[in-house]
Amino acid sequence: MAEVMNVQRKKIHPHKFTLWVAIGSIIMMFAGLTSAFIVKRSQPNWAMLEIPRVFWVSTLVILASSVTIQLAVKYFRERNMDRYRSMLTTTAVLGFIFLVLQVIGFMQYRSMDIRLVGAGSNASFSFVLAIAGLHGLHVIGGVIALAIIAIRSNSTRRRNYSPVPVEVAATYWHFVDILWIYLILFFNWMK
Amino acid sequence: MSIETTQHGQQGVVTAPAHDHHEAHHAHHHEESFISKYVFSQDHKMIAKQFLITGMIWAIIGGLFSVLFRLQLGYPEMTFPFLEDIFGKWAAGGRITNEFYYALVTMHGTILVFFVLTAGLSGTFANLLIPLQIGARDMASPFLNMLSYWFFFLASVIMFASLFIQTGPAAGGWTIYPPLSALGQASEGSKLGMDFWLVSMAMFIVSSLLGGLNYISTILNMRTKGMSMTRVPLTVWAIFFTAVLGVLSFPVLLSGAILLLFDRNLGTSFYLSDIVVKGEILPNEGGSAILFQHLFWFLGHPEVYIILLPAMGMVSEVMSVNARKPIFGYLAMVGSMFAICLLAFLVWAHHMFVTGLNPFLGAFFVLLTLLIAVPSAIKVFNWLTTLWRGNLRFTPPMLFAIGFVSLFISGGLTGIFLGNSTLDLHLHDTYFVVAHFHIVMGVASFFGMFAGVYHWFPKMYGRFMNNTMAYIHFWVTFIGAYLIFWPMHYSGLAGMPRRYTDYSNWESFKQFAEMNRFISTVAMVVFAVQLLFVFNFFYSIWKGRKVTSQNPWGSNTLEWTTPVNPGHGNWPGEIPEVHRWAYDYGKDGREYISQVEPIGEGESKH
Repeated sequence: MAEVMNVQRKKIHPHKFTLWVAIGSIIMMFAGLTSAFIVKRSQPNWAMLEIPRVFWVSTLVILASSVTIQLAVKYFRERNMDRYRSMLTTTAVLGFIFLVLQVIGFMQYRSMDIRLVGAGSNASFSFVLAIAGLHGLHVIGGVIALAIIAIRSNSTRRRNYSPVPVEVAATYWHFVDILWIYLILFFNWMK
Repeated sequence: MSIETTQHGQQGVVTAPAHDHHEAHHAHHHEESFISKYVFSQDHKMIAKQFLITGMIWAIIGGLFSVLFRLQLGYPEMTFPFLEDIFGKWAAGGRITNEFYYALVTMHGTILVFFVLTAGLSGTFANLLIPLQIGARDMASPFLNMLSYWFFFLASVIMFASLFIQTGPAAGGWTIYPPLSALGQASEGSKLGMDFWLVSMAMFIVSSLLGGLNYISTILNMRTKGMSMTRVPLTVWAIFFTAVLGVLSFPVLLSGAILLLFDRNLGTSFYLSDIVVKGEILPNEGGSAILFQHLFWFLGHPEVYIILLPAMGMVSEVMSVNARKPIFGYLAMVGSMFAICLLAFLVWAHHMFVTGLNPFLGAFFVLLTLLIAVPSAIKVFNWLTTLWRGNLRFTPPMLFAIGFVSLFISGGLTGIFLGNSTLDLHLHDTYFVVAHFHIVMGVASFFGMFAGVYHWFPKMYGRFMNNTMAYIHFWVTFIGAYLIFWPMHYSGLAGMPRRYTDYSNWESFKQFAEMNRFISTVAMVVFAVQLLFVFNFFYSIWKGRKVTSQNPWGSNTLEWTTPVNPGHGNWPGEIPEVHRWAYDYGKDGREYISQVEPIGEGESKH
């Protein structure tokens, strides 16, 4: 039994394993932030939370990008490199669109006459900026990683047959997607 | 990477030219430039040395700060003109100003807790020992490992730069509680110095996370054949739990620090509400300063075990080797470390008994806190029974290991006092707390670190450290530590508060003036002896007695099966296979049996 488990464990690539531990670490960060939000909510002077509509659009965009990255992994495994590259690029572009939509969302607060920072800001909205902003930073990290992989896959000098980098990137991408869905549902529930 | 194992366990295809040559796990030597060997090295042994030496430089700075403020505490009526020569307005008239005193205390705490006993301790020994003791060529990702050191270096540079800011470094205690730390107008130390502190700590957290991810992944995935988790030395187990604690708790501190940066620079009110500074009413409303304390101590408490666990692991290993006996209760040691690791996350509010915490809730935290006594007692019992009827060799590392147990007992017992909320109401923020955590976490962990440095120095540099200097270092430090911190229990019980520059106007604490002078004098002597250690360290790198045998301590673990000066890749040939656990000492009439020796006829497996 122990032998079998030993063999099974060896199957996971160290880089993938490292990613999983990192995901655990990122989860702790957002668990800290959202539980801070809950603690803060029970205290006086708490404004009712409002979410700009555009956040729901960005949710759809990031969901779509999860599909495209999964297709990219599939095409890589099939060695269909042209489609793989186009899916990779699509994912990165969708990630970028997501980020732009997030920024638009933060700007919409101004038209709703709500201040996120500075004098007169309420912590309930500052939290949205801090939490969604940190999530955005994680998406930026993912976009950069995808861009690096895309550039490498275009290199003629170097051929890579290992699916590990793109699989690691895909897992991370799905994670930031699920993380955003958690956050938007959390904000929605906290309304 | 030249050869990559795919997830299906087959050998992947060789990729083009030696890009990413850092992961080329081959024993063949290729000439390395000075930069790639000593500066941007990806060899775990070199990174360990970088962490150690950076940590030592920080320890000297942090220790020097404590000497400076002890000077003020011990001799409040005297002036030291040389201080004014060095520090100018911070020591106007040769006396340390209140602002400067608080900055010194803050930096002393920050430097020693994070830069020395976290990065300097786990950074050094995790890097050095994990691959060597589990039988791996290097870490799972040598590149991340290198980044981990350079993020630490960046954090160090920022923190060091903050010492030279006109308004001084961060002041407000190493816990940087808001609102003091959130408002620049509140004190000099809350101005630019605090921003530097926060940015430096963010870099530090990134460094710890990169390191921790790598340690966990390496320990779980890269062990050599036969090295099951029940065969790894306790050092590796301890580092594993340390890394888990760090990876799960540091991100929460990062969240807290980011919100504090928001409050400081973007005018938000996460931690601020209803504040008047110098007659000015601030617009911030609805924030909660206690929220920061929750976020801070959710890291802050695991942090003390991040500091202590590696020391515990190294003490177990050093003690077993030098008692020539198997460690008593190996699995109990692992289990108790696991219990400590788990409880570490459930006790943070015992730092907050006086914040208006609901006493009913407090009772649960008291219970959970006192539960830590159980695994701690198991560990102490096992160390004592390991020593019991052992064939003790009183080498310097062994002395420090025994000293660790002594300090852990004395410091741990006062933890039982402080863990009780009823007693804590009286003892909170007194010198009793200072005495407690310095003994159990500060000095004890330093002892673990010293044990580690003396024990593994031959592996790091191929030479021994000087024994005479080491014995002087041990005895003066050991006796000195008790002389410094033991008396503080008395003044603490009498209610003498921490964080004051001068007690001479305080009728009830006048009786402690002489004691304070005594403590300060001993502190200076102990600091001087640490410089002797530093001298010994650097002297021995070049002039120490050379190690001639592969296994100078007669130890079972794998690091002693490598050449005296192992190259990058550690073993010139194949990585040895492991056949037994790490603690077969004094078995079947043999002094020690290395882990690589196959199980003999009629011998039971372990």
